[in-house]
Amino acid sequence: MHRYLAGEADRRAMLEAIGVASVEELFADIPAAVRVGELPLGPARSEDEVRREFWAYALRNTTPECAASFLGAGVYRHTVPAVADALLQRGEFFTAYTPYQPEVSQGTLQAIFEFQTFVCQLTEQDVANASLYDGATAVVEAVLLAGRVGGSRRRVVVAESLHPDYRRVLETYCSAQGMEVTPLPWDRAGMADVEALPRLVGEDVCAVVVQSPNVFGIVEPLAAVAEAARGCGALAVQAVAEATSLGLLVPGGRFGFDVVCGDLQAFGVPPAFGGPHVGFFAARERHLRQMPGRLVGETVDRAGRRAFVLTLATREQHIRRAKATSNICTNHGLVALYVAIVLSLLGKRGVRELAVASHSVAEFVKAGIGRSGKLALVFPGSPTYNEFLLRHDDPEGLLQRLRGQGILGGVPTTRLAPHLPPGVLIAATEQNTTDECLRLIAALEAVA
Amino acid sequence: MSGQGTRVREGLIFERSSPGRVGYQLPRLEVPLVDPAVTLGGSLRGEIDGLPEVSEVDVVRHFTRLSKWNYSVDEGLYPLGSCTMKYNPRINEELARLPGFAHLHPLQPADQVQGALALMWELEQALLAITGMARVTLQPAAGAQGELTGMLMIRRALEKRGERRRVVLIPDSAHGTNPASAVFAGFEVLEIASTPEGTLDVEAVRRAVAKGGVAALMATVPNTLGVFEPAIGEVAQILHDDGAFLYLDGANLNAFVGIASPGKMGADALHINLHKTFSTPHGGGGPGAGPVAVSAALEPYLPIPTVEREGDGFVLSYDRPESIGKVRGFYGNFAMLVRALAYIRSLGGDGLRAMAEGAVLAANYVRKGLEGDYHLPYQRPTLHEVVFDDSRQKPFGVTNVDIAKRLLDYGFHAPTMSFPLIVHGAMMIEPTESESLGELDAFIHAMREIAREARETPEVVRQAPESTPVQRLDEVRAARSPVLRWRR
Repeated sequence: MHRYLAGEADRRAMLEAIGVASVEELFADIPAAVRVGELPLGPARSEDEVRREFWAYALRNTTPECAASFLGAGVYRHTVPAVADALLQRGEFFTAYTPYQPEVSQGTLQAIFEFQTFVCQLTEQDVANASLYDGATAVVEAVLLAGRVGGSRRRVVVAESLHPDYRRVLETYCSAQGMEVTPLPWDRAGMADVEALPRLVGEDVCAVVVQSPNVFGIVEPLAAVAEAARGCGALAVQAVAEATSLGLLVPGGRFGFDVVCGDLQAFGVPPAFGGPHVGFFAARERHLRQMPGRLVGETVDRAGRRAFVLTLATREQHIRRAKATSNICTNHGLVALYVAIVLSLLGKRGVRELAVASHSVAEFVKAGIGRSGKLALVFPGSPTYNEFLLRHDDPEGLLQRLRGQGILGGVPTTRLAPHLPPGVLIAATEQNTTDECLRLIAALEAVA
Repeated sequence: MSGQGTRVREGLIFERSSPGRVGYQLPRLEVPLVDPAVTLGGSLRGEIDGLPEVSEVDVVRHFTRLSKWNYSVDEGLYPLGSCTMKYNPRINEELARLPGFAHLHPLQPADQVQGALALMWELEQALLAITGMARVTLQPAAGAQGELTGMLMIRRALEKRGERRRVVLIPDSAHGTNPASAVFAGFEVLEIASTPEGTLDVEAVRRAVAKGGVAALMATVPNTLGVFEPAIGEVAQILHDDGAFLYLDGANLNAFVGIASPGKMGADALHINLHKTFSTPHGGGGPGAGPVAVSAALEPYLPIPTVEREGDGFVLSYDRPESIGKVRGFYGNFAMLVRALAYIRSLGGDGLRAMAEGAVLAANYVRKGLEGDYHLPYQRPTLHEVVFDDSRQKPFGVTNVDIAKRLLDYGFHAPTMSFPLIVHGAMMIEPTESESLGELDAFIHAMREIAREARETPEVVRQAPESTPVQRLDEVRAARSPVLRWRR
């Protein structure tokens, strides 16, 4: 028998109690026409054998640590406190499920309540949910919320400087909902063209979506965007792909944005080839009843003790079914817990210090590139947080040459989407040493 | 904070805050410190109000104490029906954390991620072998997103044929995500009442299809009563003859891995909850993963990118002109894919079949052990889960909720409550193959004791739980005046 399964004597005792001669009798309802023979998946394997196979896969990958890495474009490398994963690996957390029985789930519930508080604090919003899948689907949920609030308004104006994956996912969902996406171009500074906005919005627009910092790393003029959205009765939605930026930058909440949402991966969540990360969703109180996903609320138990419970579930699919505010059920609760731990460790000082450090390193690289006569940014002079776009007609070729010197110089825009200007997105964080930064600058000058 | 040991009361992390405490240290900054007021001007925010100031020790104590208020699979049987709360092997956790997986950036050059792509390819091959379908997308983040992905592919296939079919048939026993996903994919839902036996009503399906406009039927096999749908092949035939599609909800796949195949049932799309059948941890509410297996008819519409062979290696291919697009960022919850493949390798072909057998055996053992004390509303043979109701306890003023709460006192998690909706006062029990005879006997004993208490001392059951960290909560208050965040 197998180490994950009950033993032979257990099986015999169960069969006897049930009153069947073999386990096959329990499957009598399944017709022969849909039966299968032996699965061609090989024998059961020991941990040692499984480990051997998986180490081989892992060793065929090259991790960014093998080079000086300046990769970003939606996934960022920041400080990873050892405590976070150690706590996460407590079986009480990772082998529990959705806290349907609050009396034996107060650990998860309180942690998620704390997560919701952290998200509200970072975004300056009133309410936040218990997490979504990722940044792309968080933007989708914001637009779908705007569609419900907006009634007959079926158009959404979306900055072209939104992360291309977010845009693609949004288009997938919008097309099914009969919603139309109108692109909002960027201006010469690489920011959402707020002067074009009045022409693009109208009575049929339910939401205006911008990402800040945007895909070029540039800080968007959020106040002007909020004003234009308000002017036409649409909701203003801010997407955040680099969440550590919230330690330095005024969030959309301050300017009256209806929803601030995105991905919290940047707070030390392992990149893991793209997931799982964790989507967040924060909104104004007036949108509470239209929020997607789970919410944890505070209450008391019979003895009057403070306690936490899933609440306002009448929005959700298991109650409202076809009329639910979202189809989401399982979310990314464990990653939300991880981020709550990281934010607890960083705290008031660390959230800011991390952002300042990351910004400082990126500004150092940007200034170094700027001093060279041979290199130019696509949007020089625009304020960026920790990522910026280097102009180059053959970014993949350029990056290939950098690799020869042990440098992963960034993400080529050609790999992200055809509508972006050709170049290399360079992200630098507090994890990049000065030596790495100087090597990158020198190598770029040498090969560009 | 008050009390002792594991029963210690623990306030919120924000309430532990004390000025000047820190729980981190960043690398020494060698580059010049930038004055963000200069570089960012008016976009610069001040100190964030309310963030805590705590030490590393504070954080470890805080979350360790919180963890002790949770029930978990590591502690015992967790009989949530349709959730498949099986053991989560530690080797999977170890492997998912290998730097070669965990540190991998999704936008590294293809030649640096060949191991990751090979692993994804291998998982797709394994899921194809298990499901008998044509292709798999690993992109969806969870079961509900898998449903949506499958329904979007069906929608696209119909558009391609120039057909505007709007109706999706869903049995009244289905998970709530089914109707929600169908609506988010742009369809209307027509609910199909189950037969008195609790199975799909073939004639009702036939009549609905005959009326026209049916795009698909979404069915769960075995259904939420744990009953295999004996007519699933016939239903598939009715749908296919009309040009409609069959969507299978794979939430209950654990019941028949290695026994039967969705492909042979005529499924066109099927999502697979890796966090159910393939042991990736539920994590207190995710992350999961919801790959979707499709028939050849839907293959052109798979989300981009797919993993394809090229020469000796693999590539992420975006060359799929009829694709529905992307449903989430990057390529899926990769770290969950690692765990799922490790589980499949650990069990092997025969082990996976033994897993399904074990799950069905355990559920039937529980059924046998409890049918003398609890009412079984549907009598058909069941597979991996069994649904009782509270009709024999109701005369004593004891409901399914009371029974669930009392079970917590006996040291078990409760079953899935009040679902499926076709059973009033439902208790849906899925023990999974992880449980040994002794664990199952302890659970059966607890349930039978509660049935006895319901007859003899019903107030004890109605007052439960009494031994948990908190007692029953005022849920009305939570919903009526919501407090969803801490404020100073």
